[in-house]
Amino acid sequence: MDTPSSATAISAVNVRKTYGKKENAFHALRGVSLDIRQGESIAIVGKSGSGKSTLMHLLALLDTPDEGSIRLDDRDVSSLRAVEVNKMRNSYYGFVFQQFFLNGRQSVLDNVMLPLVIGGVRPAERKKRARAALEAVGLSDKIKNRANDLSGGQKQRVVIARALVNEPRIIFADEPTGNLDTHTGEQVEQMLFDLNKQKGITLVVVTHDPEFAARFDRQIFLSDGQIVSESGAAA
Amino acid sequence: MRFADILGMASGGMWRNKTRSILTIVAIFVAAFTITLTTAIGAGVSTYLDKQTDGFGAPNLMQVSVAAEDDGDGPAVYDPKAQTNFGQTVSTLTNADIDAIAAIKNVDSAVPFEGSSPSYIQTNGDKFVLSSQQLVRGQTVDVVAGSAPKEGAQPEIIISPQYAIALGFDTNKDAVGATVTLGVSDPLQQVQTVEAKISGVMNESLLGGGRLWVNDTLQDKVTAIAQQGLPAEATDSYFAAVLYAANTDPETMTQIKADLSDLGFQGMTVEDQIGIAKQIFDAITTVLTVFGVIALLAASLGVINTLYMSVQDRTKEIGLMKAGGLSSGRVFSLFSIEAMLLGLWGSVLGILAAWGVGQAVNQVAAESFLKDLPGFDLMLFPLASLAVIVGIILVITFLAGTLPARRAARLNPIDALRYE
Repeated sequence: MDTPSSATAISAVNVRKTYGKKENAFHALRGVSLDIRQGESIAIVGKSGSGKSTLMHLLALLDTPDEGSIRLDDRDVSSLRAVEVNKMRNSYYGFVFQQFFLNGRQSVLDNVMLPLVIGGVRPAERKKRARAALEAVGLSDKIKNRANDLSGGQKQRVVIARALVNEPRIIFADEPTGNLDTHTGEQVEQMLFDLNKQKGITLVVVTHDPEFAARFDRQIFLSDGQIVSESGAAA
Repeated sequence: MRFADILGMASGGMWRNKTRSILTIVAIFVAAFTITLTTAIGAGVSTYLDKQTDGFGAPNLMQVSVAAEDDGDGPAVYDPKAQTNFGQTVSTLTNADIDAIAAIKNVDSAVPFEGSSPSYIQTNGDKFVLSSQQLVRGQTVDVVAGSAPKEGAQPEIIISPQYAIALGFDTNKDAVGATVTLGVSDPLQQVQTVEAKISGVMNESLLGGGRLWVNDTLQDKVTAIAQQGLPAEATDSYFAAVLYAANTDPETMTQIKADLSDLGFQGMTVEDQIGIAKQIFDAITTVLTVFGVIALLAASLGVINTLYMSVQDRTKEIGLMKAGGLSSGRVFSLFSIEAMLLGLWGSVLGILAAWGVGQAVNQVAAESFLKDLPGFDLMLFPLASLAVIVGIILVITFLAGTLPARRAARLNPIDALRYE
């Protein structure tokens, strides 16, 4: 693996997040700091309830921390307006979810085009780009199929194509192989690593699987809302 | 996101659950259908009544008669000037009265209504009874062929299509220009005849009461025969007069009526005569429209319900789109447009159905119960009022859609994606 470029893509500075109030309060994050550099692949590892998903949501600008800050390109995200945050998510981020979240009745092509439709790309242009993204995940022949008619592995590849289609700088994946069998899971894993290596897309993955995590440049282990250890090409 | 994409997505969302959407559309359809039909009947009847009002006289024209005695204080005192007609006493106007009326402020002029009418009309065959009156200045008729009788040396009369057929003409056009003989009874019950030209054929009007209209020359001839040899005191008697107001301001009209009442007369404009019927009719159409609006409000509850279910069904999709950078404003417009699409389908289909029914009813009505009222379209569908109905329904469905659309817009993407 080539050395990741030193520029910081996103960083979390002492972030805290609490859900619920008073006696029911659940401290999902208790002061986490983390720098993610451009082009690196990073696994956030932890058990259920360790705060790993919350950390990913904060990094993905889907949620805001109660304390601390998220910095993107050295700017505090809390200073950005909602429009800019939306635009950021639409053009720089790609998302891969464990449960796919595909619209089963729509065609594969329509599903992949969604981020471009949201971004207001012209119809001809978005079709062209969606086709290219589907080709990249090896699903050129399934363009017109309904998403419901695909196998689990194919669905997750459609999701990856959807995450790719807006040419993002970062892909966030939440347990991307959680719903797949070992064999197809490995294929999807390989596809994500290829994107990271070949296109230089920063990869942030949340997983509880230590074997999968071991393949990343860096691993962050979370427990009870705190980073307990880091390994790999650490800072 | 482009507007065309929002529209497409809203439409796609609407058709995702066909049964639910169609039922909601049907509810709006019923409301739109009801409202369109009642407004169409309202428009049809008031257009006809307006035509009648126009046909009967200019708005500055007022019919003046002697004010009726109030019966509340017992029998009226005998008035030697009053005419007795089959036991009914009718107070009449004299030329002096008419001069007094003409002298009222804001009255341009006043002319007496001649009461004499010919007894029969004839071409070559049978004699037919008729009732005629002089067409006064400012009065217009709904001409079908030819023209209204014009003032001039030539005696002229305008007849209705029924008379044209009875008098033996094949078409209304054939009657125009033909000469008819009118029989007039003199005070000794001897019938004398007058010749007149048919100036035209007109639709009978509601207020005309079957009367035919003649010009001044013919009326003078008829009056001359009817009052032959009578003393001046007897001929100086008119049961009504017509006055022309200087303008049609409501204040002027009220002032003229008040002044007339001071002189012991009462004045009625054409509006006054037709007004009561119109008021009753307007009240009925208003009540029917209110029913339609109630149906519309019930339908909008259906829209709210449908949209809440649509938001519920698509929670994850909304979450995904918001995670993908779709703004809350766009999510709001997505669902409010979906609500308005339900309104658009329902209202357009409802209006089309009402229009179809209206055409059929008009056809049936014209051949049956409205046969005697030519030129009366029971239902009219002016494009402007149809557009207003669609507009109002769109506004109402938009408002109904705001509640569910707001819920969708406020969804937090993380919660939405976690939603089971």
